[in-house]
Amino acid sequence: MDRFIQALVIGAFFAALAPLVSVLGFTVARGAKRFDWTFFSTTMNGVSESDSNGGAFHAIIGTLEQIGIATLIAVPFGLLVSIYLTEYAKGRFGRVVSFFVDVMTGVPSIVAGLFILAAWVLAFGFGFSGLAGALALTVLMLPTVVRSSEEMLKLVPPSLREGGLALGLTRTRVVLRIVLPAALPGIVTGVMLAIARIAGESAPLLLTVFGFVATNANPFSGAQSSLPLYVFNEAGNNNQTALDRAWTGALTLILLVMLFNLVARLGVYVLSRKRA
Amino acid sequence: MAKRVELSDLNCYYGDFHAVDSVNLTIEPKSVTAFIGPSGCGKSTVLRSINRMHEVTPGAKTKGKVLLDDEDIYGPTVDPVTVRRTIGMVFQRPNPFPTMSVYDNVAAGLRLAGIKKRSILDDSVESSLKGAGLWGEVSGRLKKPGAGLSGGQQQRLCIARAIAVQPQVLLMDEPCSALDPISTLTIEDLIGKLKDEFTIIIVTHNMQQAARVSDRTAFFNISETGQPGRLVEHAATSKIFSNPSEKRTEDYITGRFG
Repeated sequence: MDRFIQALVIGAFFAALAPLVSVLGFTVARGAKRFDWTFFSTTMNGVSESDSNGGAFHAIIGTLEQIGIATLIAVPFGLLVSIYLTEYAKGRFGRVVSFFVDVMTGVPSIVAGLFILAAWVLAFGFGFSGLAGALALTVLMLPTVVRSSEEMLKLVPPSLREGGLALGLTRTRVVLRIVLPAALPGIVTGVMLAIARIAGESAPLLLTVFGFVATNANPFSGAQSSLPLYVFNEAGNNNQTALDRAWTGALTLILLVMLFNLVARLGVYVLSRKRA
Repeated sequence: MAKRVELSDLNCYYGDFHAVDSVNLTIEPKSVTAFIGPSGCGKSTVLRSINRMHEVTPGAKTKGKVLLDDEDIYGPTVDPVTVRRTIGMVFQRPNPFPTMSVYDNVAAGLRLAGIKKRSILDDSVESSLKGAGLWGEVSGRLKKPGAGLSGGQQQRLCIARAIAVQPQVLLMDEPCSALDPISTLTIEDLIGKLKDEFTIIIVTHNMQQAARVSDRTAFFNISETGQPGRLVEHAATSKIFSNPSEKRTEDYITGRFG
């Protein structure tokens, strides 16, 4: 029986690994063809779908700015909400907040895009922009950040909080000096997962940043591109040259998320070494 | 430094549950008092009321007075944070701050009081670690994580952390229950030394320990589950263990019930 379960677990592990490895392998194999300097230094401005050159510089800039702004908004807000939920909320209000965070987690990404389109882009008349896209991504990112940070903060043993309080620390100090540092590695992992989740979103961006063939480095005004939109556009063409660009765009997106992850982990490592 | 602690008609509650009923007790400065009694009799609750840690539990509250040299720590203008700086606490399980080094753990209390000067912190860390009998073992690795020490060392680190802020009273909630006999002995010796400077109150389930370390012993009991705990008897430890006035005390220390 023991052996059977063991075989089952190992089998399930490989079964779960299969799609992961094949997606990665496929993307690398197909994306390698256009993984060249031209791809990273030029845009699609004046490039037709059958041309073998063309690049995604504009899309990379757009994605970095949109993810950056979304992260800058969602992480502080999300962290504060999770701190409120774990450290301060005791009564009904906390449960209500918690409930709405759960509801937000279930919001389909297209709905987040529609919401920003209707409110920000149209009703307030700000028009398409990288910022509008970032706001839609924030709506998607916020609940993930709140939930994961909350779980991590809950893992910090209550005895540490008591130890801090018994030493005459205020609640704020206990949170800042003891609870947050202890939960930091887990919180960073959660934020990285949230970034990974939004980095691949195309539907809400279609409705909010619209897409653009040339570089628009200003995220606060005018349509922009982004890597998911770039992949979506290029993959919609029948020419092999466009398909090649789409694969390289997808590969770039994967590498970008991996890079974020590595940098964040390195940051946490350096920080914890400095403390120890 | 040490101050007298006086509990006057102290009642403790968890929500609607009346956990401790009307405790009156005076604890002299520079003495060791042991709280003994069966589980659930409220001795830890009483202990946590002395530095206002009881109220940290949601719904928990107290009524009555706790006087520290005639000053009521439950007075309307008293900040619980200030109380906890004056009355230190050591917990059942060692709880060093995991992200901090040995040094930072001990210095944590002083740093929060706004002391940044390196020489003052260095002196305090050294004297506190010496006071906790840990200096010899950790002086070479002050920058290493406090969580990397053994259980007994961690508990002494927590004692060093508590005494670094020069409290008047030191509360210990079963400080040895998670430790091996040798570490327990080290801590018991330490308690004997610490009482030269501090008023010490220790909750323990180990009656030999109470007999070994304390000058006076307070016996708490509950008549039945759901009833509030009460202070049954408070007297010199030698009297409690040889000739208690109450039948219930005698039954408890001789192991005839519970």
